[in-house]
Formats: sequence, C-alpha cells, structure tokens
Amino acid sequence: MRYRVTIENCSETYPCSEQQTLLQGMEQLGKRGIPVGCRGGGCGVCRVQVTSGTFSKAKMSRSVISEADESKRIVLACRCTPTSDLSISVVGKMQKALSAQRLIETEDDVSVAAVG
Amino acid sequence: MAFKGVLRPGLIQIRVLNMDEAINHYQNILGLNIVSTEADGRVYLKGWDEFDHHSVVLRQAESAGLDYVAFKVDSDDYLREIEPKIVAWGLEVDHVPAGEQPGVGRRIGFTLPTGHRIELYHQIDMAEDHPGINNPDIYQRRPDGMGASRFDHLLCYGPNIGKAREFFCDVLDFYQPEKVDLPEGDGSLAIWLTASNKAHDIAFVEHEEPGKLHHVAFLLQDWNEVGAAADIISINDVSLDIGPTRHGITRGQTIYFFDPSGNRNEVYAGGYTAYPDHPVRSWDFDHVGKGIFYYERSLNDRFLTVLT
Ligand code: FES
Ligand SMILES: [Fe+2]
Repeated sequence: MRYRVTIENCSETYPCSEQQTLLQGMEQLGKRGIPVGCRGGGCGVCRVQVTSGTFSKAKMSRSVISEADESKRIVLACRCTPTSDLSISVVGKMQKALSAQRLIETEDDVSVAAVG
Repeated sequence: MAFKGVLRPGLIQIRVLNMDEAINHYQNILGLNIVSTEADGRVYLKGWDEFDHHSVVLRQAESAGLDYVAFKVDSDDYLREIEPKIVAWGLEVDHVPAGEQPGVGRRIGFTLPTGHRIELYHQIDMAEDHPGINNPDIYQRRPDGMGASRFDHLLCYGPNIGKAREFFCDVLDFYQPEKVDLPEGDGSLAIWLTASNKAHDIAFVEHEEPGKLHHVAFLLQDWNEVGAAADIISINDVSLDIGPTRHGITRGQTIYFFDPSGNRNEVYAGGYTAYPDHPVRSWDFDHVGKGIFYYERSLNDRFLTVLT
C-alpha cells in the first residue's frame, strides 16, 4: 500500500509505502525537504511533526525525542512509516555547530534545503 | 621501553537502541567477534587482531551515543601515580571495581570539560581467541564482513576542546599531530591527539552540546578493504554517510556509515606515522573542507550536525 506524504514547509509531495520510513521514501525518489542524518533514530535531524494522518513508529533516541514531543506527534522521519496519507512539517533545527560554519559553502547539501 | 604511560584507546562502551540490530551490525557488517554476553545485557566484542579480552561494549539504552572510552595504561603503578595528577588538574576521579566488565581490572574515570567520560585501566585478560603468538599465522580464519582488525580511535564533539587538549597533553602525555584553527582568535575548531604513533587516538571538534559522539573508527588494512567495505554497505543497505574518500587530515582512507541506532562508524586505513617531535600540522579554517574530505574538498552539513 502506498500513501501520499506532503511536506508542508516546501509543498513537496511524494508516495511512500508502508514498508518504508518517511525518510526512505523521500530519499529514494531524490526528493528533498526533510534533513537526512543517521537514518537510525539517533541523531534527531529528521524531526517532523505529523499534522494529519496516521503512522506507526519504531524506537527513537530519548535524547532527541521526548515524551512530550511524541504526544505532540513530533517524530523522527527515519523511524516513522505511514498508515494513511500524511501531512508533515519539518521542525528539526539543523543546528549549526558554529555560527561561523555559514562561511563554509556546501554544495551537496541534502539538508539545508529543508529549513530554508 | 620507549612507549610508556597511556598505550591506546582500548575499550569503548556504546549505547544502542536495539541490541539484536546492533549485534548484527557490529558482528556481521563490521566483522567483530562476540566474546561474551553478560547478565546485565551488555555484549562484548573484539576485532580479529586484538589480544585483549574485548574492545567494544554495546549497551542497550533509551538513547544512542557514547557511555565512555577507556585507555589502557602500561602498569598499575601508572594508574596509581596518575590519579593525583588528574585531581590536581581539577577533575574529580571515581573508581570502577575490577570485574565490572568481564576480564577487566580496576578502572578510574573522570569527565572532561567537553562532557565526555574517560577511563583508564591497566589489567585486562588476554582473549581466548587471540592473534597467533608462536609462529603466528596472519589470522586463524578469515574475518567476517568488513574484517575490522581493531578499534582504532574516536571523534568527540563538545565544548572547551582547548581544555581537553591541555589535559591530554599536560597530564596524560599525549601530543597533537594536527589541528584546524578557528578563523579568529587562537582557538581550534578541531584537534587530533595521540599517545602513540597513530595520527590520532582521540579527536575533538568544538561544539556547544557536551558529550556528543561523532564517530567510532575501526582499522582496515588498505584501500582495497575500504572498497570492499563500501560493497558490504550497499549489499546490506547500511546507512551510508560519505565515502570511500580520504581525509587530508591524518591522510586516512575512509568510509563513514551509521549503525542501526544512528551512531556513526568509520573504517579507516593508512594515515601517516606520527612522532612527538614532528611539527603540528595546521589547517586554516578556509581549508577545512579539504582537510576533512580531501577528494570532495568541502564539508557537508552532516559532518557538523549529525551526532549521537
Ligand atoms: S536521520 Fe538521524 S534520527 Fe532520523
Ligand atoms: Fe576518524
């Protein structure tokens, strides 16, 4: 079964099967919008809030998703699979290691597209 | 013996979200061997070329990341003598009794100003399945997966890395083969520190959040093995970060990927031989891309932000 996922921040939309995580579905089609990190629920860069639809989720690192987050339907896109059409909004701050980091020009940037 | 005091990073305890997935990764993908599984659920592993009982400890937890890294020292006398020096430098030292990990003697531990817990130990049993000693063969049997031969080094992210450098160099007699300077002032963005001939035993990047892990690295023999590791990553759909590529810094040939809990791993080959009398190799901030990823010549966002 395939569902439609809409990323509200950038009005991107893509199909995602219930066998795939939201992040896998996006990456596999070369779409952008959700920052891609470890893909394992550990780093927290792929934080999204599900604004409509249903989903199932796997274990996520507590240091990046609190219980309060979960009750607000904030999840990690790499640990979350759709069980209906979904709308999500990207809420992870691509936190800069240093503000000076902006001096570095990056080209292959999967991630910045998301927030900006 | 010319090589005294701290010998190497010998033990690392990593938090994982799911033990079965982690075992599959560290055993079948990296190619470490399981030495034992203990009643508290922790799993102990080692690379094929390590003599000591184990080097990697996996602990299932609610969050991913690093519990601690422990450095092996050359004698129990050193452990006794170094403790007051660590205290005098300003860190609080605690004691972990022998047997807290199977086959490991007493350890002392402290937390760096970067937020990372470091331990020192001397005694550890020899592994049953150790490399050959008498008329030794290369190995007893061909290693699994990537065939990582040993735990090599780690990269930590946290604040006050200048203080960490001072501690390692002044108290533990490490030296600094290489660094990246900040654009302003005399601080460093990143430092590479070693107690040995390896270009780094531990490295740090300045970062506001304390105690973060960037990667744990394991040694491969050569560039061909790095290529084979890349094949294994694709065959098994392991989450790839970047590579195969080379670091300008250390000159290591490398590939970065993630374990199933999001902890970054590296397999690494080559790199120059470091000596304490060599000049500190320095990279200007505007050359950091080439320093970190020599072929791509630019940093990606993930290098600075994706941590556990
Ligand atoms: S990409 Fe790291 S938690 Fe999802
Ligand atoms: Fe490394």
